[in-house]
Formats: sequence, C-alpha cells, structure tokens
Amino acid sequence: MTKQTFRTFASVLALGASVLAGQAFAKSDIKIAMQLEPPHLDPTSAAAQAIDSVVYTNVFEGLTRFMGDGSVVPGLAESWEISDDGTVYTFKLRDGVTFHDGTVMDAEDVKFSLDRAIAEDSANAQKALFAGIESVEVVDPLTAKVTLSEPNGNFLFNMAWGDAVIVAPESIDNIKTNPVGTGAFTFGNWVQGDSITLNRNPNYWGDEPALETAAFKFISDPTAAFAAMMAEDVDVFDNFPAPENLPQFEADPRFQVLVGSTEGETILSTNNMQPPFDDIRVRQALAHAIDRKAIIDGAMFGYGTPIGTHFAPHNPAYVDLTGESAYDPEKAKELLAEAGFADGFETTLHLPPPSYARRGGEIIAAQLAEVGITAEIINVEWAQWLESVFNGKDFGLTIVSHTEPMDIGIYARPDYYFQYDSTDMQALMDTLNTTTDPEERAKLLGDAQRLISNDYVNGYLFQLAKLGVAKAGVQGLWKNAPTAAIDLTVIHWSE
Amino acid sequence: MSRNLILGLCLSSLVLLAALISFVWTPYSHAALNIPAKLQTPSLQHWFGTDHFGRDMFSMIMVGARTSIAVATVAVGIGMTLGVPLGLTAAARKGSWLDEVIMRGNDMVFAFPSLVIAILITAVFGAGAINAIIAIGIFNIPVFARITRGAALSLWEREFILAARVSGKGAARISAEHILPNVANLLIVQGTIQFSLGILAEAGLSYVGLGAQPPTPSWGRMLADAQTMVSFAPHLALIPGFAIIVTVLGLNLLGDGLRDWLDPRIRVARA
Repeated sequence: MTKQTFRTFASVLALGASVLAGQAFAKSDIKIAMQLEPPHLDPTSAAAQAIDSVVYTNVFEGLTRFMGDGSVVPGLAESWEISDDGTVYTFKLRDGVTFHDGTVMDAEDVKFSLDRAIAEDSANAQKALFAGIESVEVVDPLTAKVTLSEPNGNFLFNMAWGDAVIVAPESIDNIKTNPVGTGAFTFGNWVQGDSITLNRNPNYWGDEPALETAAFKFISDPTAAFAAMMAEDVDVFDNFPAPENLPQFEADPRFQVLVGSTEGETILSTNNMQPPFDDIRVRQALAHAIDRKAIIDGAMFGYGTPIGTHFAPHNPAYVDLTGESAYDPEKAKELLAEAGFADGFETTLHLPPPSYARRGGEIIAAQLAEVGITAEIINVEWAQWLESVFNGKDFGLTIVSHTEPMDIGIYARPDYYFQYDSTDMQALMDTLNTTTDPEERAKLLGDAQRLISNDYVNGYLFQLAKLGVAKAGVQGLWKNAPTAAIDLTVIHWSE
Repeated sequence: MSRNLILGLCLSSLVLLAALISFVWTPYSHAALNIPAKLQTPSLQHWFGTDHFGRDMFSMIMVGARTSIAVATVAVGIGMTLGVPLGLTAAARKGSWLDEVIMRGNDMVFAFPSLVIAILITAVFGAGAINAIIAIGIFNIPVFARITRGAALSLWEREFILAARVSGKGAARISAEHILPNVANLLIVQGTIQFSLGILAEAGLSYVGLGAQPPTPSWGRMLADAQTMVSFAPHLALIPGFAIIVTVLGLNLLGDGLRDWLDPRIRVARA
C-alpha cells in the first residue's frame, strides 16, 4: 500500500467513524427526575407546581411565555397592541397552530380559556391573574381582543403563567388525565406513582425540538434520589432535594451541578391574627431572634440568599432589607419584655416535609429557645399542612417557600393564611396594579417591600436556590426557575 | 454466672449508666446548635464527632439512651401491669368464658403486625414519645398475658396449690401469693427480651418520624437524619446504629443469661 492510498484509506475510516459516532451519541431521549408527582395534568385548575414542571411550554402554551432568564416573550400570540388608555389588548395569534388532536387553535380557544378562568365557578388557582378582565372578544379567527376594567401593567406577565395557558373546548373534559395542548410535546402515558412520558409533536408550529421523548420520573425520597442519580438511572434531577450531596456531584466528572435561583421566598410564616403574634413587638422579636446564616448553612448547606422581605433578590426592584431584621437576640429579649413576655411564651411550629422546613425548623426552634420562646415542632405532610395551616389557619408559626413569581400581592389579601390585614398595603397593591410605568412600578414595589419588612409580617429567611443536577452531556437546562417549568424544547445532548 | 450473663450485664449497665449520667452531666448540651462546627469526625473535643447541626454526638447518644430506656421501660411496664393479671385470671378461671374472652382478645392483638399498628396509632393520635410508648405497650400485653397463663396453668396442678386450696384460700389470693412468685423468674427473663424489642420499636418509630419529636434526641431519628450523609459522614449513621446494636445485644445476652441462671434445673445441674 502506497503512502497516498493509506492516507486516503485512513481518512475514509475516520470519516466513517465520526459519522457513526454522530449517530450513536446524538441521544434523543431523556429521563428527568422530580420530587413530587403531579396530582393531575391540568395547570389551569390546581396550584401544584409539579403540574407546571411537566406540562408548561411542553404540552400547553399561553399567549405569552416565560424564558429561562425570566423574561416574557410572545407565545401563541405573535404580537399585540395595547390601547392608549392601557385597557384594551388586541392579540394577533400565530397562524397554523393546531392542538395535538388536530383541531385548529384560534381566537375562539383564547376566549374559551380566559372566560373559563374568570368564570364564577372557575377552579383556577390564581384567579387574581385574571381579575381585571372585563370581556374577551373574537375579532376574527386570528385576533382576540381583551378588555380590562382598568389598566394592568402586569397583564402580559400574568398571561405567561401556567395557569393562563390556552386550552381547547374539544378536549377540556379529559384534560386532567389526557392533556391536549399546542406545545412541542404530546402527552404519552402516565404510570401512576412512577413516571409520565411525553413525545415530540410532529406538527409543532415552532422549531423542532432536539428530543424525541422525555420521561419524568418521580422520586420523593432524598436517599433514593441520590442513589438514582449516582447509578445514572435518571439523566437530570430538576431540583435535587438533598443539598448536602451536591459537593459529591460537583466532584464527579460524570455530572454537572446547576445552582440557580427560584422564585421561592422561604419564610417563617406567622399567624398575624393569633396572639401574641398580633403584637408587632413580638413579631419584631421573632425577626431579631433568627440567625439567617445559621439556617442557610445548617439547613441548605450554604445554598440560598438571605432576604429581608418577600421579594426575589434577582429581581431589579429588590430592596435589601436584611439589616432591618439583623440577628440580635438581646434586642429580641428586650422587645419580648416590652410586649409583656419577659419569660417567653409557647407556640407551635408546623413543618412540611422539604428539608428546608424540617431542618430549618429545628434550627429556628433552637434559636427561639435562646430568647425564651418555646416552639413545639409539629412535623406534617403536605396534605395535612394545606388542611390545618393553609386553609384552617390553625397554627402559630410555619416554614414554607412561596414559589410563585412576583407574589408580594398576597400581602394585600387579609384572608390569606398568615392573615396580614393592612389597608396601606392593600392601597399600595391597588395603585401598583393600575401602574404601567416601569420606574413608577419599581418604586411602588420598593415601598411594598419596606412596608411588610417594617411591619415584620413574617420572618424572612432566604431565597430558595434551584439545585439542578444533570449528566455532563445534557445542555440547555434552565439554571434558574422564573416559574415552575422544565422546558424540554431547549434541552439537547452534546455529542 | 455464665459468660453471657456477665457480658449482657456489662453492656446493659453501660447503656443504663450513660442514660443516668446524662441527667447530671453531658460533655455539651445535646440541643446546642453550633453550625460552623458541623459534621466533624470523632476527636478529643467531640468523642463521637458532631452532626449536621454541629451538635455533640456523644451528648446526643447519652440523652438518646435516656429516651430509648424511658420508652422501653414504660412500654414493658404497661405490658406487665396489664398482661400479668390478665394471664393469672385466665389461668385461675381456666376453661371459663372469662378465659376465652381474655385469650381470644390476646390472639386478636397478636395477629396484627405490631410495628404497623404502632405506626397507625401514632399517625392517628399524633407523633410523639407518649403515643409511641402506648403503641409499643399495647403489644406487650398479650406477650405477658400468654406467658403468665401458660406457666400458671401447670402450677395450678401442683400439690402445694392443692394444699393452699384445702386451707381455704380463694383463687385471687392463691394467684397473688403462690402463683405470681413462681412465675416471676419467667417474667423477668421475658421482660428483658421485651425491653430490647421495645428499644428496637422505638428506634423504628423514630426512624419514620413518629417517635420522640425534635429536639429530644432519639437514636432512630439520628439514623434517619444521617441517611443522605452516609457517603461523606458515615459516623453519623454508624454511631447511633452501634448504640442500638450494643443495647439490644446486651439485653438479649442478659435475658439468656438470666434464664439459665434463674432456672432451678440448670442451677441444680451446675451445683
């Protein structure tokens, strides 16, 4: 064999090998683990985050949508016009969009979806998103006109939520078990207690996603989560439940760890109506009795950003108020004495299952004991928490992460479970809802943050981190969680 | 005394001693959190290291021994105080409807898997040491009732009982004065075994979060807390696990040894 032919032969071999390699490595399926299984698959009738994790942007799409960086971009609405007084939104819909069952998505579906959300008997978990909608009109098949009772600067943001996705009247009856949307993935099957499979939608209107199928596996136990990831039974863990194990994943070249932010303000929720917490001095004492750093280090192994108010630190309108409630047990004791509780008092601390609550609760109970407050720890499951704490309002203290984006509005709802009733806050939120100027909005949001911080409504602990773990080859995962979502359209395997 | 008995006695008293000393002294406060000093391996400062909150493991094990022993003692106590009289009554009224009611009731309680029912009880009435004690105690009742009845039945056939009856003593008095002292050995041995089972049950309930609630230390919960950290801080799981092994082994050896030691036949053979 001459040198020349050998070279040709070798390069042909190499080419063949690379082609083969390309085929072998371009994996098009993925197994994504998450901790909680969704109760059903209708994002428009339940608050469960797990539903959105599976179906948001994958199966269902809204008029607008969130991107991984938190920005809101056009979704099924290609463009929109806003009337000069800010009350009429005219959405121009994308042409040629079909639901998975073949029916066409048009303005009738938009009207149906929004009317369903604002109806008297609506089961929507976030009715406040739609509160200002007066009427929805079909102008032509690709134009829908939404009229608001007053301007709402948040309207396009609201329409991006999973609770505002567009559904079809033809398939609404079985939406909980057989969701039919317009997204890039169709519902495959659901093995209860184990997994949900989605398949690529061949008729998708947008760019074809790299993945052909995706399986969502449900692994609730942190120990099992660690084992499944280490054994490579799953490719991605959306939000890993045991922060203590992350250094091991970081040290292992097989894995990547994505530490990002969520919209989860983790707070020591305080029953503002239950004595002695109806006394602001007692709530202020609580705030000063808590050492945030110890909680973040002890419960989350250092993952988390301290917050001094109910607002996400990565939001441009965030005001750092952690100084207002700095760790100062002496001051806490003085405040308690002033309020007439020099010898402390007894209360309850309800803790739901996540480790931020269970571990954080043990630390907080110890810190409160230092200033004389005896907090009896009561560990509860989520169902029990919803029943007795969230709905029954039968609690003193509880720890929970509020994961909805931009949810400071809950402080304007006196019947919300922590029962903060402030006319100032309610007026502030009313003004905010009718303000569209971004600078003015930021100022109002700052005022609201200061107000709840000064009123020591709750103990503000830390912003929950998103702790993603994935195999090294997985790309495109959202690092942050501007909303609960696992956006499959951008996930792909590197070669 | 046999080797088993000595070893069992040593291990059991070691645990009991740790629990008793913990009332007056522990190296550190078992509840004091020291987050910066978390997850330390055993050292001169912290003999058993520190846990994920920087608490001293040695202090926690000592106080945990207290929890285990307290739960097991009261649970066995409940079993004995209710089970033994029931067994004596059943034996005294052998074959009567009372005997039937007591023993069939026992069979019913026996038929349920005990730990599962204990979980049910604590799930319904709330988690906590008190409910754990009651749950474990209930399942000790039939054990003692049965063993008492069995032993008492054979005693009732003996001549000295006949003599007592002839002298005019009633069934209740005979049971208390003659039967009970003669089944006491058996009850002590069974009590020791039940005690070790009680400690295991308490650890099991705490492991699933239904036993003593934080901040009260409990070996079972220490094990559960250590679960996700086994791969980088194995001492967190090994130490409470070892504490349970030592205690249960000690009590079982003690029970075995006591049985041999108290059994008159073996004693006679030895002499």
